[in-house]
Amino acid sequence: MANKTTDVLVDPLINNNPIALQILGICSALAVTTKMETSLVMSVAVIAVTAFSNLAVSAIRQFIPSSIRIIVQMTVIASLVIVVDQILKAYMYDISKQLSVFVGLIITNCIVMGRAEGFAMKNGPWVSFVDGIGNGMGYGLVLMFVAFFRELFGSGSLFGIEILQLDRNGGWYNPNNLMLLPPSAFFLIGFLIWAIRAYKPDQIEEA
Amino acid sequence: MQKRDSLGYTLSVAAILCVACSLAVSTAAVSLRDRQEANVALDQQKNILDATGLAIGEYGVQASELSSKEIEALDAYISAKLVNLQTGDYVGDDQSLGSYSLVEEAADPGKSIPIVEPKFNPGEPRRPNVMKVYFVKKPGSDKILQVVLPVFGKGLWGTLYGYLALKSDLETIQGLTFYQHKETPGLGGEVDNPRWKAMWDGRKLYGPSKEPKAFVFKGPAPKDNPYAVDGLSGATITSRGVTNLIRYWASDDGYRTFLDKLKIEIENDKSSSSEGDK
Repeated sequence: MANKTTDVLVDPLINNNPIALQILGICSALAVTTKMETSLVMSVAVIAVTAFSNLAVSAIRQFIPSSIRIIVQMTVIASLVIVVDQILKAYMYDISKQLSVFVGLIITNCIVMGRAEGFAMKNGPWVSFVDGIGNGMGYGLVLMFVAFFRELFGSGSLFGIEILQLDRNGGWYNPNNLMLLPPSAFFLIGFLIWAIRAYKPDQIEEA
Repeated sequence: MQKRDSLGYTLSVAAILCVACSLAVSTAAVSLRDRQEANVALDQQKNILDATGLAIGEYGVQASELSSKEIEALDAYISAKLVNLQTGDYVGDDQSLGSYSLVEEAADPGKSIPIVEPKFNPGEPRRPNVMKVYFVKKPGSDKILQVVLPVFGKGLWGTLYGYLALKSDLETIQGLTFYQHKETPGLGGEVDNPRWKAMWDGRKLYGPSKEPKAFVFKGPAPKDNPYAVDGLSGATITSRGVTNLIRYWASDDGYRTFLDKLKIEIENDKSSSSEGDK
């Protein structure tokens, strides 16, 4: 059991990454990754939602009628997302302003729903909770990777601290505006998937 | 298994779940509301202070870096009044001042007018009849140092809400800040860049024949043009939106009537006060 718990935590980081292997949750990965700071908060929000929705769904899985199970999962997830959004608005107002609608859109993030339906409905609460954390972290890892390159080359900074001094602020670096637009995240995620699959060829799908 | 899929069981599970979830959501919403409202109010306060340049003047940093105590100290400079834009007169009492909400007023057909064929188009369907304007005075003094006007208009992705601060001649811009917008970070979102905002200081709002003339240039603004600030690169539509909203609010459709009356008020004060001007 201990082994399984470790596996569900570590597996989604690279071996079974929800974004890189399963290509889920791409939408928000494009939207919130212009800055490291917002990406980090978004990752933590997704980790919390995935973990607690897995926990809740798993705890009541014996009682859920199969005809309405998807709606039950959605209700649990939506409630958790609203709570997270409220907490962000109360304690991290500036960041919640930047994340705007994307916190609310965690509801439609396929990763959360996928883990609730695919894992939590068949496993115990503790393992499901850990699985939620693992998958949230797998998502967060990709977000941080994409945000690192987008913020560094798009704004010349990391976590808002200036690394490459911008020409508009009297420095030398002319920022790459493409990095600030959503398509650049597509390219970066593409490169990441390429790198992971070059390293682990068994992830390559058969054509 | 049979029992789990019966209609009665399904309905009761759904009902219990809904009650439990709504309890959780409403508990969070109610218990955090005070904090959230305080955040929103504080954020607007900071933006007003940034527009006036008081934070930079007193403490040398942006208002967002200040502690709530320092904000409170600076807030003693600020007072608010409601103004009817049509007549340019002060309206309302303390109570209506406290409950004023720009977004609600603009959405209420009874309290706003449609914007039809304006000379400068802010891209918005309606504007409130009454706006809440702010005055900057030294604590204990009645001399108006600056006036801060709330402004709003469309950018690329949504409405920009902000404050335009004017010096006491009511023709020179002190500062411009936006407390809410949806522009692309790094492109249109550069309206938040302190360096860009600082360029508004000293720009002339009106041209020689009293027409609204301040604007965002396309490219670096020529040094000898007193009306222009640098364009935001990669953000033509945001730049144009900012120009339009400033000119709209400076025009007869916006604050012009009020500003004309206020100018007379300030000049009367000046000539009647025995202290003489500073």
